[in-house]
Amino acid sequence: MCSGRVDLGFVLRAFSNGMDGVFVGGCRLGECNYITHGNYDALAMVYLAKKILEHSGVDPERLRIEFMSSGEGILFTQVVNDFGNRVKELGPLGASEGLEPDTLRFRLEAARKLVPYIKLVERERLRLPVKSEKAYREFFTSDEFHRLFDELIADKLAISQIVSLLGETPLSTGEIAHTLDLNPSEVARYVESSSRQGLVRFDQENKRFVLA
Amino acid sequence: MDGVEGEAGDFKVRLIRKPRYVIEDKCTGCGTCVQYCPVEYPDQFNQEISKNKAVHIYFAQAIPLISYIDESCLYLKEKKCRICEGVCQNEAIDFRQKEERIEIKVGAILLSAGYEVFDPKIKGDYGYGKLANVVTSLDFERLLCATGPYEGQILRASDKKHPRKIAWIQCVGSRRVTPGDNSYCSAVCCTYTQKQVILTKDHIPEAECTIFHNDIRSYGKDFEPYFQRTRDLPGTRFIRSYVSVAGENPETKNVIIRYATPDEGVKEEEFELVVLSVGLNPPAGHDELSQKLGVDLNAHGFCKTPPSNPMETSKAGVFVSGAFQGPMDIPESVFTASAAVSQCGEFLDYRRGKLTRERLYETERDVSGQEPRIGVFVCHCGANIGRVVDVPSVVEYSLTLPNVVHAQEQLFSCATNSAKEITDTIREKGLNRVVVAACSPRTLEPLFRDTLREAGLNQYFYDMANIREHNSWVHSKEPEDATQKAKDITRMSVARVRHLAPLEEIELPVNKTALVVGGGLAGMTCALSLARQGFEVHLLEKEKELGGTARRIHHTLEGMDVQAYLRDLIDKVYRHPLIHVSHEAVITEVSGYIGNFTTTVKCEGGVKRINHGAAVIATGAEEYKPTEYLYGEDERVLTQLELEERIAENEEELINARSLVMIQCVGCRQEGRNYCARVCCSQAVKNALKLKELNPLMDIYILFRDMRTYGFKEDYYREASEREVKFIRYEPDDKPRVEPAEEEGRPVLRVTATDPILGKRLALDADFLALSAAVIPSAESKEISQLFKVSLGPDGFFKEAHVKLRPVDFATDGVFLCGMAHYPKHISETINQAYGAAGRTAALLSQDSVTASGAVCEVNEDACVSCGACITACTYGAVEFRETARGRKAWVNPILCKGDGVCNAKCPTNAIYLKHFTDEEIFSQIDAAVPEEEIIEPPKAAVGAA
Repeated sequence: MCSGRVDLGFVLRAFSNGMDGVFVGGCRLGECNYITHGNYDALAMVYLAKKILEHSGVDPERLRIEFMSSGEGILFTQVVNDFGNRVKELGPLGASEGLEPDTLRFRLEAARKLVPYIKLVERERLRLPVKSEKAYREFFTSDEFHRLFDELIADKLAISQIVSLLGETPLSTGEIAHTLDLNPSEVARYVESSSRQGLVRFDQENKRFVLA
Repeated sequence: MDGVEGEAGDFKVRLIRKPRYVIEDKCTGCGTCVQYCPVEYPDQFNQEISKNKAVHIYFAQAIPLISYIDESCLYLKEKKCRICEGVCQNEAIDFRQKEERIEIKVGAILLSAGYEVFDPKIKGDYGYGKLANVVTSLDFERLLCATGPYEGQILRASDKKHPRKIAWIQCVGSRRVTPGDNSYCSAVCCTYTQKQVILTKDHIPEAECTIFHNDIRSYGKDFEPYFQRTRDLPGTRFIRSYVSVAGENPETKNVIIRYATPDEGVKEEEFELVVLSVGLNPPAGHDELSQKLGVDLNAHGFCKTPPSNPMETSKAGVFVSGAFQGPMDIPESVFTASAAVSQCGEFLDYRRGKLTRERLYETERDVSGQEPRIGVFVCHCGANIGRVVDVPSVVEYSLTLPNVVHAQEQLFSCATNSAKEITDTIREKGLNRVVVAACSPRTLEPLFRDTLREAGLNQYFYDMANIREHNSWVHSKEPEDATQKAKDITRMSVARVRHLAPLEEIELPVNKTALVVGGGLAGMTCALSLARQGFEVHLLEKEKELGGTARRIHHTLEGMDVQAYLRDLIDKVYRHPLIHVSHEAVITEVSGYIGNFTTTVKCEGGVKRINHGAAVIATGAEEYKPTEYLYGEDERVLTQLELEERIAENEEELINARSLVMIQCVGCRQEGRNYCARVCCSQAVKNALKLKELNPLMDIYILFRDMRTYGFKEDYYREASEREVKFIRYEPDDKPRVEPAEEEGRPVLRVTATDPILGKRLALDADFLALSAAVIPSAESKEISQLFKVSLGPDGFFKEAHVKLRPVDFATDGVFLCGMAHYPKHISETINQAYGAAGRTAALLSQDSVTASGAVCEVNEDACVSCGACITACTYGAVEFRETARGRKAWVNPILCKGDGVCNAKCPTNAIYLKHFTDEEIFSQIDAAVPEEEIIEPPKAAVGAA
């Protein structure tokens, strides 16, 4: 199994389970055991996951990827100690972020549901032709990437969060906004578009939105 | 080795086996004895920079990974101590062991004696041994290493500080005719120095690295860009200068180096550390070895071999591989090893398989439909785990986990008696899943899988919880936390093992026929070696005649008569009943996979369909047709191959010429062809020497960038110099210019170039100009690469599976590579690699079947949406679309799948899954990482329900 097998879903599952940090270890870049260089896929996945975490209000520093060989025990110790200490500084998941556990859970749940869609988007729009650490860093920290993320994923995440929430109980726009820590006008826009897509509907009787 | 008697096919070898004082079968390499041993002495593996114990494991990757006791032991010296005996819980220490004499009978002997590193201490070169901060490159190699004396920190001896300013001195002990030095080039130092510079910059980014060098010999595959990468690192200087060490600064212990540059003259500079790039000597005891075996050595003390077969020694039945042939890099070493094996194979083919025994296992039990019955075995690993982790409490805890029906502790789970205990317990308690909580799966997983097979259980019903490397070794000071972590890790394994499925390994029959593509020297050598081992071979040649590029080469630098050799080889190929040659052959289609290929060929006899188990690509290379230096415009301008042909024809006009100029690196080591063509420097020296022999009065000039006459070829470069061949260096940004001119009525080619040492422009009048034109990939490479689904490197040569370790294999199983299709090379190197490819091919074809792993991908067709994400993700071409009753669906060829699972992470519907590492299996581990009681119970309603 290659580090490229590490699925975005694995990372989100771990955070959903309340893990305070996730570390992905891969072989050194450019020194693939296979011919796949799948560690670059792992790197891209981590960049994307960090962005999703950030968007969900989770400190992206809680996720780290490092590349090393099996002969680099000392480096591994250093990296893990460093990461462990950083996660300890951040405290339990949600603590440094000032997030309510419920809010956090809904947001991560929403992201998890979106994994299939994110995979499609990654393939269509976020994949790089060149396998170089520099190219990956430049792209995933570029304005272009942030723009693409906002355009392709951000709204979908919000809608997914709302759908998750309504799956449990009918809610008003204000309640949704409160739970998800969103602006009520944004929520209004999202529920409107989701009801057009037939995902949710307004229940006149209870004056609440419910799943369609 | 004490001595050898007998002859080829029937040797008796007397061996002396020194006592290890450790019983190999009992030692598990746990290292407890090492910790308790009171004797500290200089660690020989770490160049005596740091200390080790009298009982120790030689080095971290040693095979077998077990201890031995050396002569510094107190008991062996003074009959005291014996602490190790007391602390070894497996009773593996045995001081009664004595030197043993063994006699073995063998048919062939393979010498892989390697080399000895040049020792600059003997002559005190560059203050080594006197100045604290002068080290050899091997000392430095250990300093760089994570398992080295300072655990990967580069510290200098005088003050144990990180040096910031480091100098390398090249060619120490090499390329010199002074007594005690070697006249040859050690062939590997330029590139290993570059590696060390790159690693130094990784360790200490601000380090200033200076390399004092002569020629830079980056002649190997991918070496030129590697040199450029090193040169372009910030703070790195390559200075072409001889140097001397002028002493050390008494206060700082910095080393003062004196050197000269054309611009600044002689100057002195201080360095915090100086690394001597030492060369390669013949192996220690080579004289003794040669006497005992009766093999001849060459003038340098390496094994004497004929150029037509560098594996052959002067004694029949004794073969040589690796650096005992002469200085060589890792890839050459690897392919000469396979090559020597192929020759032993030719020699001993009639005994192939006579000593092998088939392993028989119990019939596998069908446990489908059974509830998981999990057994957990927790290993103490002597004291390695047991001293830190409370093993009994881990056992007790395991019994509380779901489906665990048996748990126990073991002193060493890997010991033979413990493995048997596991097998017995599986039978007695009807276990259908096993977890061993012990060490890393890297070493012992195969052993435990085998243990399951012994008990009739599918070997994939096994998981290994690593509570040693991941736990007790790193948390030795936190025993309570470590015990908790051992429980966590075991719980995760138990969770996973519940979901594991029995997997079947696929056995594929192997068609014992080989296809060799290319009838040049490489292809013919390979085909003949395979045929001599009893395999049928189809040899394809695109031309009307066999021979390839070798048809144009008449002799080698060492004096081998290439045409005579070639005639003989062609004759042998045609006469061999197992070789079928097709001329004017063009491959139109290749299908199949390892063991079972079908190739369609159009050739003079019509269309053939050839079924074969393996293929060897030996399609050679071509000489570049220059567009520079008036080539093609003026008939006095020739390539080196053309020059060689004209010399062979004894062309009068050429032989009687007054002056001839050669220009090196034509068409390579430049943009668009960023590699060194490896052979041209030696080719130029060869032609120059031949011309000097025929006409000693001829003025010959060689305009070069770096003379790359590596290895023993250096001696010929020196000889050419001595015979007054003039070598003039030019810079790539100031290439020579050529124009027709007239000198005292004689029409000449006037070559002008700048001599960087004199700083002046020189004008050379030549009757002939020979261009060392690049060797370029053959025109068919691209097509062949697509047909066989193998890749080409950035230079257009075929790309091997691993440039160092698998130099004749492709990433595609069952396809092998040799000759210039791989990279430009000399004839003897081509022969090395051709035999190497034959060795690798024979290793495959001698098996009746090949086994493909069970842990490969599969597609759930119901979930597949035919998006093709998995197909683009797979670099092995293992996934393809197939028509099914429900339309096009992805399908995985389990033979081609390597189980990396990259496709899984790309599939939007989780339709494709890697068996043994399914989402379900991994999720179960992720979920189990958090103990259930710690998971925050998600509230059923988020906000106050209406």
